[in-house]
Amino acid sequence: MELYTYLRQMADSWGLLYMMLVFIGVVIFAFRPGSKEFYETHARIPLDEELKDHDK
Amino acid sequence: MDPLSTMFALAASLFSVILALYASSQAEDFIFGFHMLVFAAAGGLLILYLARTVSFQQMTEKGEATYSDGIIRYGVIATLFWGIVGFLVGVLIASQLAFPSLNLDLEWTSFGRLRPLHTSAVIFAFGGNALIATSFYCVQRTCRTRLAFEPLAWFVFWGYQLFIVLAATGYVLGSTQAKEYAEPEWYVDIWLTIVWVSYLLVFFFTLLRRREPHIYVANWFYLGFIVTVAMLHVVNGLAVPVSPFSSVSYSAFSGVQSALVQWWYGHNAVGFFLTAGFLGMMYYFVPKQANRPVYSYRLSIIHFWSVIFLYIWAGPHHLHYTALPDWAQTLGMVFSIMLWMPSWGGMINGLMTLSGAWDKLRTDPILRMMVASIAFYGMATFEGPLMSIKSVNALSHYTDWTIGHVHSGALGWNALISFGAIYYLVPKLWGRRELYSLQLVNWHFWIAMMGIVIYASSMWVSGIMQGLMWREYNADGFLVYSFAETVMQMHPFYVLRAIGGLLFLIGGLIMVYNIWRTIRGEVKVDQPISQVITVGA
Repeated sequence: MELYTYLRQMADSWGLLYMMLVFIGVVIFAFRPGSKEFYETHARIPLDEELKDHDK
Repeated sequence: MDPLSTMFALAASLFSVILALYASSQAEDFIFGFHMLVFAAAGGLLILYLARTVSFQQMTEKGEATYSDGIIRYGVIATLFWGIVGFLVGVLIASQLAFPSLNLDLEWTSFGRLRPLHTSAVIFAFGGNALIATSFYCVQRTCRTRLAFEPLAWFVFWGYQLFIVLAATGYVLGSTQAKEYAEPEWYVDIWLTIVWVSYLLVFFFTLLRRREPHIYVANWFYLGFIVTVAMLHVVNGLAVPVSPFSSVSYSAFSGVQSALVQWWYGHNAVGFFLTAGFLGMMYYFVPKQANRPVYSYRLSIIHFWSVIFLYIWAGPHHLHYTALPDWAQTLGMVFSIMLWMPSWGGMINGLMTLSGAWDKLRTDPILRMMVASIAFYGMATFEGPLMSIKSVNALSHYTDWTIGHVHSGALGWNALISFGAIYYLVPKLWGRRELYSLQLVNWHFWIAMMGIVIYASSMWVSGIMQGLMWREYNADGFLVYSFAETVMQMHPFYVLRAIGGLLFLIGGLIMVYNIWRTIRGEVKVDQPISQVITVGA
């Protein structure tokens, strides 16, 4: 089989499936039970008192 | 730096100067010789600097208690400087399109050479410096640590400025590899690769040094931007020089493959440089300015991964109705349309960060600028997928509509969020209590906004008119208009566009004045903004 044809068929079958599953996995992981509080503390990272001041 | 590394740096720069001078003496064309002299001069300056600062005394342990902000101060100044240069050249070439005699009949000031100067100055010089400076600021704060490899970070800053100077002088002198947004020739590309990999090392190792267990999402976007741009730049820049001493090279790709690689690069320059990078800015500076956490951190994670997974495929929509296989064109279109969702999710996330604090928009023009930029992000990412649909593209492609679209994104989203970040940063970086004048920020905001609206709307009208005139057939199947007739019709819109750009430039100058007075530590006694905006009694 020509390389082009092989890569193309790979891309729109197994490649697509793999990417899709990884992406769905990421979404499920983000919404896993109990993640809400976890993420709420992370959202506050920039707002927490800055530990140190700039070097003047 | 300790004496040993200083000596090493001295030796390395001396060697580079000698190498550059040798290359210059062997040059096969003027541009290569000139650019090698620029390299040698930059190396010479570095030697002078190192020789003046070398110290054989024991280094005192300084700095661990503070952030490295010196480099960010330089970055802010460079952003302002290149911004004004880029806007100015933009106004000039917009005026050239309306009044062609403004090209002065000189090769160096012709539209073809100044246009890449404008695009590179605003995207890579203005936008790039804004991204480097804000990413260094954000990564230190959110990781609660100093930058890793500080001398290397300084190399990134100055090396990037050298890249800009090489690119800009090359364009004016007529050097180009004829790839849009990737015009610099092979040796400038190699230099940028060295600088960019150093940038990646500094950023990545700063993340590794963090004292905060979690990596804040803004840093994900910045890291995604840095890694992807490195990949895009290296692949699209693959070329074989005519000789080691020539400024001319030939691309490793040819034909439709070359076009596809170019627009894979080109659209992801939009997706990762102008979108992911600036989203990093949004996810840090909007919560800071509003003093509220981002609306949904979960949504920001989904936003990140969707942008990463989808953007990379969107490039082929630049090649509709070309020799590119049909399936690839459709693929580009479908992925572009899918981008609607994460883009609007991200816009909602940014805007809703203000929920419960909307009143701040009335009194805080900096926050207003940031919110307007997020609104423009939403508008530009709505318009883009629309234009990627084949039947819409049949009308819009190659017309001024595209130019209008790009500018509503670049002026509205990229520039406004950068302005907002700079207004936030300057008082903090220079230890000033507040900006010189919030009223001037307000003026900047409205003048820039008028400029953007005039620019985008004139280009919509002109672009759609142009597209419709090009495809107008008469009953016998002949084209109704000649190309020159379409150009004549566009004249008033070109004048309007130049006026819009001029307004945007004036806004930028107001900002430079305001920042300059702020850095000098002055504060103008303004009426509070809430009293100026009087509600009709």
